[in-house]
Amino acid sequence: MSGFRLPQGGRIDRTRPLAFRYGGRSYAGFAGDTLASALIANGVSVVGRSFKYHRPRGIFAAGPEEPNAIVQLGARPNLKATQVALVDGLEAGPVNCWPGAGFDVGAAAGLLKRFLPAGFYYKTFMWPGWRWWEPMIRRAAGLGRVDPEAAMPDGQRRSLHCDVLVVGGGPAGIAAALAAGAEGARVVLVEQDPQLGGALLAADGAVIDAMPADTWLAAAIATLEARPDTRVLRATVAFGVYDHGLVAAVERERIVWKIRARHTVLATGAIERPIAFENDDLPGVMLAGAARTYLLRWAAAAGRRLLLFANNDDAYRTALAWTSRGLPVAAVVDPRRSPDGPLAEELRAAGVPITAGAVVERALGRRGVTGAVIRHATGGRTKAACDVLAVSGGRDPAVNLFVQGGGTLAWDAAVAAFVPAAGGQGMPAGAAAGAFALGRALADGHAAGAAAANVAAGTVPYAEDDVATPLQPTWYSGRDQSRCWVDRASDVTVADVVLAARESYVSVEHYKRYTTSGMSPDQGKSSAVVALALLGAATGRQPADVGTTRFRAPWDPVPLAALIGQDRGPQLRPVLHLPTHDRHAALGAMIEEYGGWMRPAAYPQGAESLDAAVFREAAAVRAGVGLFDASPLGKIEVRGPDAARFLDRMYVQRLSTLKPGRLRYAVAATEHGIVFDDGVVARLAEDRFLVGTTSGGAGRVFDAFEEWLQCEWVDLAVFVTPVTHQWGVVNVAGPEARALIAAAGTDIDLASAAFPHMTFREGTVAGIPARVSRVSFTGELSYEIAVPARRTAALWDALAAAGPMVPFGVEALMTLRIEKGYIHVGADTDGTTYPADCGFADAVARRNDDFVGRRSMRRPDALRGGRLQLVGLLPEAADATLHAGAHVVAAGGGSDGHVSSACRSPAMGRTIALAMVRDGRARMGEAVTVDDLGKTVAARIVAPVFFDPEGTRLR
Amino acid sequence: MLLIDCPWCGPRDEAEFRCGGEGHIARPDPDTADDATWAAYLFDRDNVKGLGFERWHHRHGCGRWFNVARDTVTHEIRAIYAMTDPKPTGGA
Ligand SMILES: [Zn+2]
Repeated sequence: MSGFRLPQGGRIDRTRPLAFRYGGRSYAGFAGDTLASALIANGVSVVGRSFKYHRPRGIFAAGPEEPNAIVQLGARPNLKATQVALVDGLEAGPVNCWPGAGFDVGAAAGLLKRFLPAGFYYKTFMWPGWRWWEPMIRRAAGLGRVDPEAAMPDGQRRSLHCDVLVVGGGPAGIAAALAAGAEGARVVLVEQDPQLGGALLAADGAVIDAMPADTWLAAAIATLEARPDTRVLRATVAFGVYDHGLVAAVERERIVWKIRARHTVLATGAIERPIAFENDDLPGVMLAGAARTYLLRWAAAAGRRLLLFANNDDAYRTALAWTSRGLPVAAVVDPRRSPDGPLAEELRAAGVPITAGAVVERALGRRGVTGAVIRHATGGRTKAACDVLAVSGGRDPAVNLFVQGGGTLAWDAAVAAFVPAAGGQGMPAGAAAGAFALGRALADGHAAGAAAANVAAGTVPYAEDDVATPLQPTWYSGRDQSRCWVDRASDVTVADVVLAARESYVSVEHYKRYTTSGMSPDQGKSSAVVALALLGAATGRQPADVGTTRFRAPWDPVPLAALIGQDRGPQLRPVLHLPTHDRHAALGAMIEEYGGWMRPAAYPQGAESLDAAVFREAAAVRAGVGLFDASPLGKIEVRGPDAARFLDRMYVQRLSTLKPGRLRYAVAATEHGIVFDDGVVARLAEDRFLVGTTSGGAGRVFDAFEEWLQCEWVDLAVFVTPVTHQWGVVNVAGPEARALIAAAGTDIDLASAAFPHMTFREGTVAGIPARVSRVSFTGELSYEIAVPARRTAALWDALAAAGPMVPFGVEALMTLRIEKGYIHVGADTDGTTYPADCGFADAVARRNDDFVGRRSMRRPDALRGGRLQLVGLLPEAADATLHAGAHVVAAGGGSDGHVSSACRSPAMGRTIALAMVRDGRARMGEAVTVDDLGKTVAARIVAPVFFDPEGTRLR
Repeated sequence: MLLIDCPWCGPRDEAEFRCGGEGHIARPDPDTADDATWAAYLFDRDNVKGLGFERWHHRHGCGRWFNVARDTVTHEIRAIYAMTDPKPTGGA
């Protein structure tokens, strides 16, 4: 092939030349070019190498169906050159060859071709295992390079709502959009190309409404763009159809649109398919419509001398366009016996010979096509010279989106293609519905648009259609099947199809996976129907009986960056910050995420290790007083005449007996009886409670409350309000806690007699209105001071200034609560833990009325022996290390449970752990072996309260 | 991606909702239900092909629960009705 640019014509801007590089060489193109059209215009015939055999490949198509020109564009792999708009300074290259497309060491694989049939990978690489072979095969094959250092391009997700969505901006789609929006309906028209027009962009002499098609097109676009309620999205590929009218589209590979339409018109056009013959993958063999499009739209001739091999009239337009530009046409080879009609007449009048009843058996040439062997009806063969061999086996409606939307297909013998039959969310129109001729497509699109918007029909755009000789189905015309390509992108030949059929891969889905046909970036857009027709022929079936593979989204590859949109970096999952965040940062806190909150893990001093800091902080709380921001603890207000009755049903502990002003610890279970959450509940008034939850459980507890109230106990008069973020909470813990609060100033009597453990008082602390609760997760004298969230920092500052104190982080709090054996829901419990397993058997037994999960706690699974129960573990060696997750080894091997929490305890001067151990409560004092990350630790089972079991320090 | 017509907010994208599974599952009397009855209540679901009844929650909207009669094959929503309403019959 020796492509070149025509001196005039085309929809390119010759006043704006663009320089670009491909495979390391410099070329020039024009604004309006695609990378593919510019390469053709520059005479670049070999643009890449094939996937499996590394055969030289040239540009084959002009749209998203391109199987050969798969390119790397900077950091972006696997783009189709036909979809890359040319820009100045563009730098691209082939993905699949080394050192370059012209000379390729991997081409040696082509010499081994007969050893690489379909299923080759499955059959050959069984031993010693695929993983052993894979790196070598990947290196040899490969499809593009991902640069892990490259910055991810910006992406966005946006939403659109409309009455009528029209997918496809060709003649049918434009007619549909014109009709649909005529009376003010909200219309969205999406077109994958940067320009509207579709087939009209490469139509020679077409006339619509008695004017040149270009004039009609310009007027139509002006009409659409003048409508306030019509929106046109160019360079936007609709790639998925989902339920209830949702269509996903990607604009300029950057913005993913979620378009929710009342009605969708699918004017997605049709895709030309080839006929398989020998060496039909040579550069210079291309689809007839593509050769015409390059010539007319981009003034880029794919070669000097054309040979056309086609079984249908429409492809004749390529030869007509060629000869009308003064370029030689060697012949039109047509398997039909007597092609006639206006187009054939025109060709003959132009002096182009039509060789009827003949096929192209073989393309000649090594690195590009130089001619063809024509087999005549008589069986005789002749040769013809050419440097571009255009082929057309007919057209397949682009039905992918239609089928995604639930539509079914039928085989239409008249066009030898699958066409939309019934059902589906989208209304197919124009070529997508099998109406290939321009006049029919316009009328079809117009009707679909009017119907979708439910408006009066109006004037139908008119174009006269030529009478056509019917197409003659032709799939394959070579002799040596192993030299006739079906799927160029995946290097699948007719021989592979026949082999798959012989090996009983008769289902089209199995065939596809066995041969990898249709699994490349082009997704078999131009090859799928040829393949299934050949599979049918090899198994004695009609295409209709073979059927298609399942069509799934995406219709065309979508960049992950566009799908991800803004959901990355800090926006991936927004985190919450404590109201006192700045204070912790200033104190040098090590801040980590806990259940969506950024919280201080510890406050290492200077070169202090995290471990040492945790140890120091925990010890300081027991010796003096510590400050901790406990704001993330969930807070839910429950109020109403039935509030007490409701909470009795939601918690294991009875809450209706709680007196106003008092606090009670409570455990919640799921209806399956499993520990769900825990917290401290305050009764603010007869009809009003403040329910405390775990920091991570605030949302799900609120959800559970609402679900039970709305779905089951609809008779209860209760309001539930989440108030976690309304309150900031500072926990003051340690023997000096009372003194510190007093020094900060308060009007609340802090004496134990006036303000005992598990009660709360309201008043002021440091002049700030506060609700102060005497509640402890550390085992020390402890106050939780809740103030309006915005005043938390002021409270913290006042307390920090009131006397010596130590700020402590989440890890020290964990150490302190492990010393006391207080469970941490989600650490010591999991999805199999009943309250009775972790120390609440008595609480459950005390209840004689119903609550959520109570009945499930009497199911055989809850009552059986051998359950994991909460115990303490003391390693023999005081300084042994233990980690949560370490297994208690059963006598006969296997696991007898696991360590659920562990720490180095300052109060005990040794390592301690909580563990869930099989029948643990009956095994106090027993010596066990723990497997901690492969290390054996000897330990003893003890009660799960290590420090101050009498609780004297709390009072 | 369904379009669900919340009785309080109007049609909204499925992403705003949470499906609460099969609807109309009666909670047996916990004091009299035997183990099999209780287990059926907890675990047994119809998982129908065709018309199914579910409860949905407008989690990122008004927060209300309601019932949905949905064809699990075509995803057509046949009816949306209150939690306390009975299963629609006949033409639903
Ligand atoms: Zn709502």
